[in-house]
Amino acid sequence: MAVQKRAQETLRSLRVAAWLGWQIESNWTDPFLFAIYSIAKPIAGTLILVFMYVVVARGGLGNPLFPYIFVGNAFYIYVGAVLMGVSWAVIDDREHYGMLKYMYTAPLNIYAYLLGRGVAKTAIATIAVAITLLFGVAVLGVRIPPGEVDWAMLVAAIALGLSAIAFLGILLAGVTLITARHNYYIGEGVAGALYLLCGAVFPLDVLPRGLAAVGRALPLTYWLEALRRALLGGGGSQAIGALSNGALLGILAGSTATLAVLSVLFYRWAERLAHRKGLLDMQTMY
Amino acid sequence: MRRRTEWRIFWRTVVGRAYPRVIGLQRERSWVFFDVALPLLQVTAFVYIYRAIQAPPEFTGFVVLGGAMSAYWLNVLWSMASQLYWEKETGNLQLYIVAPTSRMAILLGMALGGIFATTVRALGVIAVGTLIFRVPMTVTSVPALLAVFVLTLVALYGLGMLMSSLFLLWGREAWHLANLLQEPVFLLSGFYFPVKALGFAVALVASFIPITLGLDAMRQLLFPQMMEGLKFLPVGYELAALSVLGIVFLALAHQALRFFEDLARREGRLTLRGQ
Repeated sequence: MAVQKRAQETLRSLRVAAWLGWQIESNWTDPFLFAIYSIAKPIAGTLILVFMYVVVARGGLGNPLFPYIFVGNAFYIYVGAVLMGVSWAVIDDREHYGMLKYMYTAPLNIYAYLLGRGVAKTAIATIAVAITLLFGVAVLGVRIPPGEVDWAMLVAAIALGLSAIAFLGILLAGVTLITARHNYYIGEGVAGALYLLCGAVFPLDVLPRGLAAVGRALPLTYWLEALRRALLGGGGSQAIGALSNGALLGILAGSTATLAVLSVLFYRWAERLAHRKGLLDMQTMY
Repeated sequence: MRRRTEWRIFWRTVVGRAYPRVIGLQRERSWVFFDVALPLLQVTAFVYIYRAIQAPPEFTGFVVLGGAMSAYWLNVLWSMASQLYWEKETGNLQLYIVAPTSRMAILLGMALGGIFATTVRALGVIAVGTLIFRVPMTVTSVPALLAVFVLTLVALYGLGMLMSSLFLLWGREAWHLANLLQEPVFLLSGFYFPVKALGFAVALVASFIPITLGLDAMRQLLFPQMMEGLKFLPVGYELAALSVLGIVFLALAHQALRFFEDLARREGRLTLRGQ
């Protein structure tokens, strides 16, 4: 009975937070402008890479490195969106709307609430990723024949990868909870570091040995490799190229599970600390 | 006598509004990590992309310079254009309105303080980036480089002052609009590659954002050989265009501030919070 009640509470928290997140994200303008807003940023980010490539390759997009860069960059849209969607909820609710203290007085599951707040951004990111991939196939000639796509691996990789990013978001929400200033930059900073370290837009082999080793310890490295294998038929990084598809997904699943446990434990600790220090209703006006 | 007092108040306002931005650097030193190290992550990622596709080493310099100049664009977006929105949210805007001073002086103070703080950050990115990646630079003309840099900043912050008056009307739209103007402008202004790659027509339209011309001219002056076939316009033309943009944006900012303040006052949006 108690378990059923908790499950209902969790589902309700998730649903209401997702709805709230969607309203906050979208109701500031009309749907047309919102659609442009949601698409322009990621497409522009992709085109920066395309032009960087074109200006050096002088018109040649046939190099096998280009699809590697393109697919990694397209899916990386998820990282910024989900990380920020989950961890930003703390800043929004505490600093901007002054509502975080009420969240703690309401009968809700805070993890479900935070994950729910990330749902809207995840949905928007899904559209942006799909449009970016379509743009790549239709305009830039990236070869992703639907018949050759390993759909099972793609679905598994997306599910595991998004879970890993969401739990990383919970961890960052914990950091945000106990940080007075600069919490605005935490999500962006972590997304920037991961962009560099997990081989999103270049093979890990290009990085100095120390940084490449850090990259190999990150779940997102295996996520992006799995996505590339599912869509393009192969990765591109020698560093993890020898792993079989099963081993790749196994490492991704294991590291996601570890991250889930660590993030929840860390958030609980941060929550206790914030409670003790009176940070739950802190407004820095910074 | 009255005119002298007005000028005195004007300059005191400029100094007063610039003061927190300058002194903030001393009081909150953690900016060194957040404002230099974090932008360097993006710069480093782009450097490794160029290395992965075996681009000439000068392209590393293009990226480091673009990364440093991106600090100014972000400062214009978040600390100039959206500033009056933040002030509205924190309840300061009405104090600005009732203060016996010019709103242009407030914007000018914000701009000067922002330029100082951002220059320290941009120099940090350039110094660390140049040292780590050993960027091969040859300065062909120091006076021309300084002129391009100063005129770029005048025009850019003039645009920021113009945008801040537009943003005066908005609530959450201001935040989203500033957010929207990041990556698309990084693309259009050629922050990480020469803007000529976009084609003449697109580069010409993008030239309304002063940093487009500024970056192209600075790259020509710092990497003359590599930019030989990649330059958009000769440096002289870009200097002239930047001068015109600076004057036009400042004049428009002055007019727009009056117009939008009046409109916001009549529509009751000056004190509207939490939109």
